[in-house]
Amino acid sequence: MKNIITTDKVNLFYGESQALKDITLDFLPNTVTALIGPSGCGKSTYLRLFNRMNDLIDNVKITGNITVEGENIYQKDTNIVELRRKVGMVFQKPNPFPKSIFENVAYGLRVNGVNEMSVLKEKVEFSLKQAALWDEVKDKLKKSAFELSGGQQQRLCIARALAIEPSIVLMDEPASALDPISTAKIEELIYELKSKYTIVIVTHNLQQAGRVSDYTAFFYLGELIEKGITKELFINPKNIKTQNYITGRFG
Amino acid sequence: MIISKKVIQNKNLKEKIAFNIFRIFSAIVVLSLIAILSFITYNGISVINWNFLTQMPEDGMTKGGIYPAIIGTLYLVAGSMIFAIPIGVFSGIYINEYTKDSWYKRFIKLMTNNLAGIPSIVFGLFGMSLFVNTLGFGDSIIAGSLTLGLMVLPVVIRTTEEALKAVDNSFRLASLALGATKLQTIRKVVLPMAFPNIITGIILSIGRVSGETAPILFTVAAYFLPKLPSSIFDQVMALPYHLYVISTSGTNVEASRPIAYGTALVLIGFVLIVNLLANALRRYFGKKVKMN
Repeated sequence: MKNIITTDKVNLFYGESQALKDITLDFLPNTVTALIGPSGCGKSTYLRLFNRMNDLIDNVKITGNITVEGENIYQKDTNIVELRRKVGMVFQKPNPFPKSIFENVAYGLRVNGVNEMSVLKEKVEFSLKQAALWDEVKDKLKKSAFELSGGQQQRLCIARALAIEPSIVLMDEPASALDPISTAKIEELIYELKSKYTIVIVTHNLQQAGRVSDYTAFFYLGELIEKGITKELFINPKNIKTQNYITGRFG
Repeated sequence: MIISKKVIQNKNLKEKIAFNIFRIFSAIVVLSLIAILSFITYNGISVINWNFLTQMPEDGMTKGGIYPAIIGTLYLVAGSMIFAIPIGVFSGIYINEYTKDSWYKRFIKLMTNNLAGIPSIVFGLFGMSLFVNTLGFGDSIIAGSLTLGLMVLPVVIRTTEEALKAVDNSFRLASLALGATKLQTIRKVVLPMAFPNIITGIILSIGRVSGETAPILFTVAAYFLPKLPSSIFDQVMALPYHLYVISTSGTNVEASRPIAYGTALVLIGFVLIVNLLANALRRYFGKKVKMN
């Protein structure tokens, strides 16, 4: 299988301070990769490289080579809007727009020029079904998204991300603000989604990483310490730092 | 017990005293407002009737109505807003959404704040020099509107900026992450959410514009002009200036007194209505933002 995302010797600086150091890491299509590590280790920063969300922060400098679907995404003529359509993102805190449930999911389509109601309806239903939310909201699509519970809002955000048919979905601690039942639903969903999407998930929750991911990468102080098949990395870590972290000795 | 009863009693007493001090001061604010309003209403209500609002002044402004002043103020409010709203709102958007934190942004903000601190009479002089004389508009609605608009520009800019700042950044990120452009994000997500607060800023500036005398003194206001303007290059009467004129330099100040109070009442009433309207609009759009 060919890698869908590759990063080669990537360094990232916030002004003077270096947040990512020489990271080389690849991702296979239709897999779930968990990025773990203590707060401030750079895992979220790393995740935001793939849809160029780091561009929105002042004074960021990036070196190295990053490709998505074989294309260098940090070229001068890279179409960032198109990149972000291909690489969806789900944020830590559920952040639905103050619009109806329907319009939330339709938003990504509308801003990309799809306005035909029949297409929108079909796509919204499909996305909500994929996000396992359809049955709960099908009778109140015109209601405000703010009326949903936190867990439902997060699944709505997932549906919103899926509606524009990305091939990759980035998740930045998608369940950290949710209760255990909602978290379980999200995890189940992630597991199901990997048949169609490549998923990269940042998480603080090691059990979660163990449950949902095929691969795990451990970051520490801006460096990639270890990457491997999740089961192997958790049972038999090669690096002492990884071992200390997953056995709870620091972090 | 290490915590003595006395300390706790003392603490509670202090709490009570502080609370009452705050209450008294806020009561002073409310009472003085009520006092002003009732004073004006008491003195002015007797002259208010349909004719007062729709008739020209008569007998050296000691009788008749204030119709041309009302219309003049409405024209000036409209004119200054046509000028200040687009420029102010667009500047606010530019400052908050487009400029990065740099010396340039700080410079613009500094300038805006300075603009807000300039006394209104200085705006009047500036408006006279630029719009009336240099650009040759003469004493006219356009010159007055531009001067007033310039004066409230900082209010509109600042409130727009604050309104945009109040929109949580996560909404911008969510929109951009879905492949929306910055413009789409601002237009479809940020502005609708900021709209209720922007409206409030605009309404505040309408209140300010309708009550200011100094900026219109040398740029548009007519001492006595018992007819309506036919173009934007005509002079008009205006409520605050009319109030000033009949209180200080009318033909018979004593005889005009009731009319002066009536004028003040109309002016206050206008501002009050505008504020109520603002609240209603804000509530309406606030609801719409959530439901839509």
